[in-house]
Amino acid sequence: MWPQINRVASIFFIHSLARAGIPPYLGALMSSIIHLDQLEKVYRSAEEPVYAVRSVTLDIQQGEFVAIMGTSGSGKSTLMNILGCLDRPTGGSYQLDGVEVSSLSRNQLSDLRNRKIGFIFQNFNLLSRTTALENVELPMLYRRSAMSRREQRDKAMKMLDLVGIGKRAYHTPNQLSGGQQQRVAIARALINDPVLLLADESTGNLDTRTSIEILGIFQRLNDAGITIVMVTHENDVAQYARRIIVMRDGRIRSDTPVTQRLNAEEELKNLPAVDAA
Amino acid sequence: MRFFTTLFTAFRALRRNKMRSLLTALGIIIGVAAVIAMVGIGNGAKKQVEDQVASMGDNVIMVFSGSSSRGGMHGGSGSAGTLTIDDANAIAREVPTVEAVTPEVEGSTRISYGNQNWSTRLNGVSADYFKVRSWTFSQGTPFEERDVSAVAKVALIGRTVSTQLFGSDEEALGKTVRIKHVPFTIIGVLGPKGASFFGRDQDDTIVIPYTSAMKRLLGIKTIPRITLSVERGKSLAPVQQQITELLLQRHNIANERDADFSVRTQEEMARMATATSSIMTTLLGFVASISLIVGGIGIMNIMLVSVTERTREIGIRLAIGARGSDILLQFLIEAITLSLLGGMIGVALAFGVAELVREFTEMPVLITAGPVMYSFGFSAAVGILFGFYPARKAASVDPIEALRYE
Repeated sequence: MWPQINRVASIFFIHSLARAGIPPYLGALMSSIIHLDQLEKVYRSAEEPVYAVRSVTLDIQQGEFVAIMGTSGSGKSTLMNILGCLDRPTGGSYQLDGVEVSSLSRNQLSDLRNRKIGFIFQNFNLLSRTTALENVELPMLYRRSAMSRREQRDKAMKMLDLVGIGKRAYHTPNQLSGGQQQRVAIARALINDPVLLLADESTGNLDTRTSIEILGIFQRLNDAGITIVMVTHENDVAQYARRIIVMRDGRIRSDTPVTQRLNAEEELKNLPAVDAA
Repeated sequence: MRFFTTLFTAFRALRRNKMRSLLTALGIIIGVAAVIAMVGIGNGAKKQVEDQVASMGDNVIMVFSGSSSRGGMHGGSGSAGTLTIDDANAIAREVPTVEAVTPEVEGSTRISYGNQNWSTRLNGVSADYFKVRSWTFSQGTPFEERDVSAVAKVALIGRTVSTQLFGSDEEALGKTVRIKHVPFTIIGVLGPKGASFFGRDQDDTIVIPYTSAMKRLLGIKTIPRITLSVERGKSLAPVQQQITELLLQRHNIANERDADFSVRTQEEMARMATATSSIMTTLLGFVASISLIVGGIGIMNIMLVSVTERTREIGIRLAIGARGSDILLQFLIEAITLSLLGGMIGVALAFGVAELVREFTEMPVLITAGPVMYSFGFSAAVGILFGFYPARKAASVDPIEALRYE
């Protein structure tokens, strides 16, 4: 049931299911979204080959919320780029939602990113001087779907409402706060109903309260069945995920479930109510 | 991405940098305006010549008396005096489709009226002359065949002469002027024709019957030139050939190479005159085209800067699923839009320049569809050509690098 919902049903349906309290970990019983087998990334342009990622084998199932941790140079960014189909591995195999990525062309990678992956970046990466609504519409414009402009606009609007920023649809990024910009970025990431949400240090530029709010959105989306992979170097942030993978020197050092998971809603209540975000 | 959306995106990117877009397009604007204006001026000059040919009549053939070459001395055309009135009559009589024939004798003369006098060109012609040369009449009527046979002392004057001697065409009518002490009555004033393609003021003339000119004033028996017109719609070449044959026979000349006369159509003479201005037009257009290319290089330069500046934007677009071709198209359309907009403004500017030139100079400017379309198409081609390299550079950006770009 979950895979169909994830792909076909509108985000509202997912949302209502989440509110109905259907257990999301059922997704774990389903197919793997990410399957890495002996994945390797070597840069050979230098005099000595640099191993960014060495022989990583990993499975991430439908509905998981994974935090990838590691110091800089641990290979987590490279792994992230490969998971996001921005880069191709030099060895091993990577299957995203059943598609072997390592042999795809540049254009095929573009299409894959467009349809299957939603990116959320540390610095939001919204198009400046372009309204929130248009930023959210952008992935649909590259989708080559038969959707009319009107339908696209409606869908983008609904998506902005979902992340709680519908009222600011016609604001440009420089008129929005960091938290608001990140919400727009989340709406953009979700617009093409991706199978995987990739968050790269997505709370790195935000204050504590806003960070928790964004993590709360992630948790809600994950509860609704969306698979999330989040790269972070902050242990606090990682505690909101369900599973933590720690990388070092291009290898997976540990892969553990989160035992004492933080809940964003509760954490927000515990925050001293100094200034409302 | 849909083409229309890409177009819209490109438009918006250009609108955001209005000043830069305008300055970038300036090269194309000036280039297009230059091409159109230059070719316009060249064509204007050509048209002027053609109009003058038309004012002479495009169905006109001239027979010139052969050049004299006695003792190695070469005179000009007509100097030998090999043509006679009989030749003119024979042509009128024997060559079909010839509409009107006039002998023409010429000389410069001084005419006086009261205490005024004026140096002008004297033309001795038959009554058919006015038909051959399509003269109109500002005042009065032309002389007739019986004035010619009567060796009448009647004259028609051009606009320049009437202005110089009488002040106006109306004043001139009926007055008597003296040409070499011989009194001539002015029976008409010719309508203005302007300068000929040889630069001569056609209105600075006095026209009298050729008989009067030959017997009373010039004292000559031969005529330097016969001018004739062919019926409308009939081709000139066979007539030209028949005249040649007729005159060869009349002059007892066996070989055409030895002919003591030459037969020229107005068109042949005009072609010689327009050849120069055609070369000038081509040259001007060519030089102006170079400025279009320079304009294109300007666009390429700015597009390259723009691609670097917007590396992050490209990275974002690639990350959310734009293909390289989408990015390529976006930047290519931007460049083409720039050059086309420049082209449009350039066309408008060219019309403005043409107006100014007409306003402040005597030069005629003729803007035709040809150069407008050529320069417009050229500017589009320049946009594609010089937009392609920056666009390809944009499309080949590595998304990871681009997203990291500050």
